[in-house]
Amino acid sequence: MSQTPSDPAASPSRRRFFKGLTLLPVAAALPGCGGSQDTPVRDYVPTFFNAVEWTFLIAACDRLIPHDEIGPGAVESGVPEFIDRHMQTPYASGAIWYMQGPYLEAPPEFGYQGRLPLRDILRVGMAAVDAHCRQTFEGRTFAQLEHAQQETLLTAAQDGKLELDDISSKVFFSNLLAEVKNGYFSDPVHGGNKGMGAWKMIGYPGMRADYIDWVSVRDRPYPLPPVDLSGRRG
Amino acid sequence: MATTKPKVDVVIVGMGWTGSILAKELTDAGLHVVALERGADRDTQPDFAYPKVVDELEGSVHRKYLQSLAQDTITIRHNTGQTAVPYRQMGSFKPGTGVGGAGSHWSGCHFRALPEDFNFRSNIEQRYGRGFIPQDMTIQDFPVSYEELEPHFDHFEYVCGTSGKAGVINGVMQAGGNPFEGSRSREYALPPNPNYLGAELFYGAAREMGWHPYPIPASNTSRAYTNPYGCQMGPCNACGFCSDYGCLNYSKASPNACILPVLRQRELFELRTHAQVLKVDLDSTGRKATGVTYLDAQGREVQQPADLVLLCAFSYINVHLMLVSGIGTPYDPQTGEGTIGKNYSYQNLNRVVLFFDKDVQANGFIGIGGAGTTIDDLNGNQLDNAEAGFVGGGIIWARQPGAGPVRGINVPPGTPAWGSAWKRAAADSFRHSFYYEVQGACMSYKQSYLSLDPTYKDAFGRPLLRMTFDWHDNEIRASQYLVDKAQQMSRILNPIALSGDAKKDGTHYDITKYQSTHTCGGAIMGANPKDSALNRYLQSWDVPNVFAIGSNAFPQNNGYNPTGMVGALAYWAAKAIVDQYLKAPGPLVQA
Ligand SMILES: Cc1cc2nc3c(=O)[nH]c(=O)nc-3n(C[C@H](O)[C@H](O)[C@H](O)COP(=O)(O)OP(=O)(O)OC[C@H]3O[C@@H](n4cnc5c(N)ncnc54)[C@H](O)[C@@H]3O)c2cc1C
Ligand code: SF4
Repeated sequence: MSQTPSDPAASPSRRRFFKGLTLLPVAAALPGCGGSQDTPVRDYVPTFFNAVEWTFLIAACDRLIPHDEIGPGAVESGVPEFIDRHMQTPYASGAIWYMQGPYLEAPPEFGYQGRLPLRDILRVGMAAVDAHCRQTFEGRTFAQLEHAQQETLLTAAQDGKLELDDISSKVFFSNLLAEVKNGYFSDPVHGGNKGMGAWKMIGYPGMRADYIDWVSVRDRPYPLPPVDLSGRRG
Repeated sequence: MATTKPKVDVVIVGMGWTGSILAKELTDAGLHVVALERGADRDTQPDFAYPKVVDELEGSVHRKYLQSLAQDTITIRHNTGQTAVPYRQMGSFKPGTGVGGAGSHWSGCHFRALPEDFNFRSNIEQRYGRGFIPQDMTIQDFPVSYEELEPHFDHFEYVCGTSGKAGVINGVMQAGGNPFEGSRSREYALPPNPNYLGAELFYGAAREMGWHPYPIPASNTSRAYTNPYGCQMGPCNACGFCSDYGCLNYSKASPNACILPVLRQRELFELRTHAQVLKVDLDSTGRKATGVTYLDAQGREVQQPADLVLLCAFSYINVHLMLVSGIGTPYDPQTGEGTIGKNYSYQNLNRVVLFFDKDVQANGFIGIGGAGTTIDDLNGNQLDNAEAGFVGGGIIWARQPGAGPVRGINVPPGTPAWGSAWKRAAADSFRHSFYYEVQGACMSYKQSYLSLDPTYKDAFGRPLLRMTFDWHDNEIRASQYLVDKAQQMSRILNPIALSGDAKKDGTHYDITKYQSTHTCGGAIMGANPKDSALNRYLQSWDVPNVFAIGSNAFPQNNGYNPTGMVGALAYWAAKAIVDQYLKAPGPLVQA
């Protein structure tokens, strides 16, 4: 097993982002930073996540929604930026959840019964997965593993089979995946879905919100490209 | 120390559909009405203005237009042997808040109940014998008939600009409508909305099954409209942001668009927002309400004395207020005694998704909240319950309130939840799939009830409401039977994939997945105070100057969405108050 991501087709988006991270000390030490220079550097500097969390997040985003011929990847779409910004909203600190104790265990049909709001679910989860990785993979963090290893770990977390110290891996994974999809698909005003790429991929017209002329058209695909909340056209 | 406001004729708790209806009718009658709404004031402008209102992250993830659970929620358990835990994150149902209540972000499916839904228990007993009803099933007749409510169903539809096609007018069948409905006094306010592809295909497939498809009555205006109060509505433009969102277009019927424009101009009407009602105040006899206590925007305790207290705070919240105020006797599932909390029921909802090739332009992003196509062939007396093996029927419908990717993209069964395979499936399915839903009745049971939680409290120090509810065999069988029919019908359309979620044997109620906000019962109307909390006018048997208006009054839930019935009951109660109660305040029915 090599120390660096072995996949030569590692998504350009990912390299581009790691490149953008060179200001952060940890990022500089990351493998895979020396990728091709052809993509512009995006210079979002996270203000919620620390450097270690940020590399984790980028790696996870890149696996959950990779760049491929179907459409843009989460990283190039700005999903990490979305999540970093989203963590600083009242929503992520549990403003619309009932957060009073006692905290009892209950079957899954009763939903999340833990004490952590969303932003701590992600933080604690990342730290726990990294701790697990360092133990299992000779000191390497999640971001330093090969794609296939990362995917195996994510799948184990998804199924709740990854034993973590501080949090249920299933709870962590489901919240992480939901956030990644939120960032990928929500309006660009929130920081993700750059260039409305995710909308174009699925053929979503975005925020047009007026389709009466198209309700009964059957013989043609809906023709108009997306428009976002700021009135930009994709 | 609570401050005390000057006494008024009527205090209304909650400014959603029922509160607005009662405020309109009672100010018409010359009464001074104070409405207390826990949430903020809201109106089309500026709160639902385009483009801000169509932000999926705010609407569907932050649930900006819905109640936050931070201050107030319920606890839930499946049976009396369990300890209930809080409903911490919104899933199964989504109560509203703010002026307009859930009525500002509902979808608009606007049904009347069937005549046989009213004498429900006696009808089943007559048709199949007493033994057909399971021992612990506590279904009852409504103490009011379809004929009595007809004028009120009709009026509410005209207030809402309901768009549909009548099936029976004054006993005469009408082509294109529901042949099984109760007779109407006239046609709908507006003709039906146009059909999206899935609804159009539903027509053909349903006919092949030998069924009688008809347009879902939808309170999303198909034309420009002026309602009987002079409120103007614009034609729905199929914006696709209906359920969970306020209408940007004055097209979805809501208290905000259809009633409040009139109320706001009335001197006899006073609206106080950010007014969280804590309890109904009773005098020393416990048989008379003196008003309510609420927290104002600054958190000060205020007493509002009133002659009449109307609970219009949404179905189970009305029950909570009755329990914390000590109105009536709490229901005890062991003895069956007591009535407050009894007969809680819900809705039995299941979905079937049909996936097609790229040449099928389903365009799920197009949406009209309540419009589409449905059938009543498996509902009411059309269903042979003995053959089907369960009590209560249901409807199957094609409905497309509008899909967006943040709200979730349906992908064929077996698709991974992430990675390239998921991307491929999402891209292939988004514009080329639609869904049908099976919406079934839900019976009431001895063990399904509402009570006060012994442990958890809300932000105001009150015990949370505790819900004890689970699916029973009857509802699971109904789900399997009805979903099977929906799948048979769907296969006629030759989808490349089909996913369906009939409840499996032993399925427990899952509060994490949205099902519907059709929670019912808990303070039910009935013919006598032994087995109901309210009389036939929704008046408390125990405290006659308190009325509790909402789907809390349903002894069990039928196959339809509740709001057509809720609105009709609100007008029915208002008429009883004006015509009878005001002349002789006191019990309108002798126990
Ligand atoms: C997303 C969604 C879609 C729906 N779609 C449909 C549909 O298509 N068809 C249908 O028939 N029904 C539908 N419903 C249900 C429908 O919205 C309700 O049946 C209807 O709004 C009930 O009216 P109500 O007056 O009882 O309650 P609401 O309209 O909810 O009004 C209650 C009001 O009371 C206020 N309140 C509560 N507690 C207090 C308190 N302690 N003090 C002060 N104020 C208080 C609330 O803030 C709220 O404003 C839907 C609901 C939701 C959430
Ligand atoms: S679908 Fe129609 S009724 Fe619903 S919010 Fe949009 S414009 Fe309004």
